Amino acid sequence: MARALIRGRGGAAAGLRAWALVVPLAAFIGVTFVAPLGAMLTRSVHTPVVADALPETLRLLGGWDGSAAPGEPVFRALGQELLAAREARTLGQVANRVNRVEGGLRSVLTRTARRLRTAAPSPEAAPGAGTQPDATRTAGAPAPWRDAILGMDEAWNEVATWRAIERAGERFTGRHYLHALDLDEAPDGAIVAQPEDLRIYLPLLGRTLLVSLAVTALCLALGYPVAYLIARAPPDRAPLLLLLVLVPFWTSLLVRTTSWIVLLQTEGVINDLLVAVGVLDQDGRLAMIYNMTGTMVAMTHVLLPFMVLPLYSVMRTVPPEYMRAAASLGATFPAAFRRVYWPRTLPGVAAGCLLVFILAIGYYITPALVGGRTGQLISNMIAYHMQQSLNWGLAAALGGILLVCVLALYLAFDRLVGVERMRLGA
Amino acid sequence: MGTTLHRAFCAAVFVFLIAPILVIVPLSFNAEPYFTFTEGMLRLDPDAWSLRWYRTVAGDEQWLQAVVNSIVIGVGATVLATTLGVVAALGLADPRMPGRRLAMGLLISPMVTPVIVSAAGMFFFYTSLGLAQTHVGLILAHAALGTPFVVITVTATLSGFDANLLRAAAGLGAGPWVGFRRVQLPIILPGVVSGALFAFATSFDEVVTVLFMGGVEQRTIPRQMWSGVREEISPAILAVATLLILFALFLMGTVEWLRRRGGRPA
Repeated sequence: MARALIRGRGGAAAGLRAWALVVPLAAFIGVTFVAPLGAMLTRSVHTPVVADALPETLRLLGGWDGSAAPGEPVFRALGQELLAAREARTLGQVANRVNRVEGGLRSVLTRTARRLRTAAPSPEAAPGAGTQPDATRTAGAPAPWRDAILGMDEAWNEVATWRAIERAGERFTGRHYLHALDLDEAPDGAIVAQPEDLRIYLPLLGRTLLVSLAVTALCLALGYPVAYLIARAPPDRAPLLLLLVLVPFWTSLLVRTTSWIVLLQTEGVINDLLVAVGVLDQDGRLAMIYNMTGTMVAMTHVLLPFMVLPLYSVMRTVPPEYMRAAASLGATFPAAFRRVYWPRTLPGVAAGCLLVFILAIGYYITPALVGGRTGQLISNMIAYHMQQSLNWGLAAALGGILLVCVLALYLAFDRLVGVERMRLGA
Repeated sequence: MGTTLHRAFCAAVFVFLIAPILVIVPLSFNAEPYFTFTEGMLRLDPDAWSLRWYRTVAGDEQWLQAVVNSIVIGVGATVLATTLGVVAALGLADPRMPGRRLAMGLLISPMVTPVIVSAAGMFFFYTSLGLAQTHVGLILAHAALGTPFVVITVTATLSGFDANLLRAAAGLGAGPWVGFRRVQLPIILPGVVSGALFAFATSFDEVVTVLFMGGVEQRTIPRQMWSGVREEISPAILAVATLLILFALFLMGTVEWLRRRGGRPA
């Protein structure tokens, strides 16, 4: 009892010491890695741009009945806040945000702000001449901002425009996730699927999963026999064979992708060779790259070592006597393999497959360089929204979905194999 | 019969693995601006072969700057990742540590998160801290991506370390620091160096965070290759690729040599 207590206390102290050693790195990973993921997830639901730029407009719109364009106070707030946003150089972001809710409004906002700069009514200005009468206008009261802005763009007379501003002004939104799953919010608030021909992301996610599955299967089919060969090779030959797997493993990803461009392109080495030996004629050159074939071939090449190495490290621990014993008991090779060898290599198979699959669904560089138009995966869409369309909220939502997929796989991997058993190299 | 077929199949897979890397090397000596073998090269005409593209790279300010950037960022990230990773691995190697599995899961997570997701998050977060488009930002990012490799290799090495050696050192009067530095560190050094090389290779080959977060000042070698492949395809990138292959062989050779010496698989 006393001894157990002492050992328990010693254990607790040692546990504390162990944690003290782990904490610096855990804190570092927390700040440099986990916090950024948090920032991304926040970005996927948090849309403060319009709310920050047009606070008064949105507050006044809260009391708007939505039946027709609002009255002078709202127009005045909008005009002043658009001018302020233009001054603060945030107008572009505001206009983009509103435009994503309702297409076509970007130019309406920027044009209005530009014209207001030269033609904004002074605070005491009388109503301009020649304004049309309007039911929602308080009879007789001057409405200089309303008249000026309506004169600049007819869109401000539309209820839909104001609705769009109201919706873009929500600080938190699930819209990016709806968008990322090809769903849309109908005007009445119901969530509906996009029409078939407008769906982009779900088919792409499906394609990414399918390609990853195919690449994983290919890697297993190519890698298992190779790992078996290396594991059973005589000790003087095994390291040499292993080098043939390790060289590509260590070679830069960019280098390997460039190699495949050199090999596979229409004027590339393989096509030249096939033409030279007469298999193809000049016009019959194969399109093996800048499409799905290119993506699959290059990805399989890049990921194959990640399959072979864990397989090999498990196979090395399976004693060859087991297969001999099975054979001497009368099992044919396929039976002995299926019932004795294969089950013992399953941890390696699980490790290799999950590793390759996880790496494949997040693949970016290779598809971007050799995938052309048809060989793009979900990662390329994330990069597109990060760098070209600048729709960062949507990029973050797509990233969030990808992260959940990978997290689920990672947990499965941890349960099946255990992350602490992960090995690099041999 | 079965074995012959098996061997032929494996030979084909080995060719698939190695040939694409080997084909780059002779093509980098092409005298013409083509990505394929010219007739002259096949006839082994000396005029068809040249060091032209190596000279182009050596005289190009952008490439030289990229080399400097890659080394500065790579070394910075490696020092950071190795220091933190070794200390953490010492803790993780203690089987009495509560929540060990959880801690390991957290520390390995940068390795299994798709880089595109990490890079997007880092772009948002580091921009808000003013660290985007700085060397420091990229060093931190690459250190985070490299630490799992250090943790994995060093914990694997430590699992073969005999803790009695430390007790013996303590019995002879060595404090914990002296015991670590004089007894434990020399024994686990091969694992530490392997981990550091893995971390360096990770940074040296990383392009996505550089694409998202780096400015013109932070262009690294892979970033430069990326533009080379996408924009102005010239055999100069084949020359760089050949140099990178040699460098990879050097890194791999060192790690394999250390592995043999250390005797423990990592």
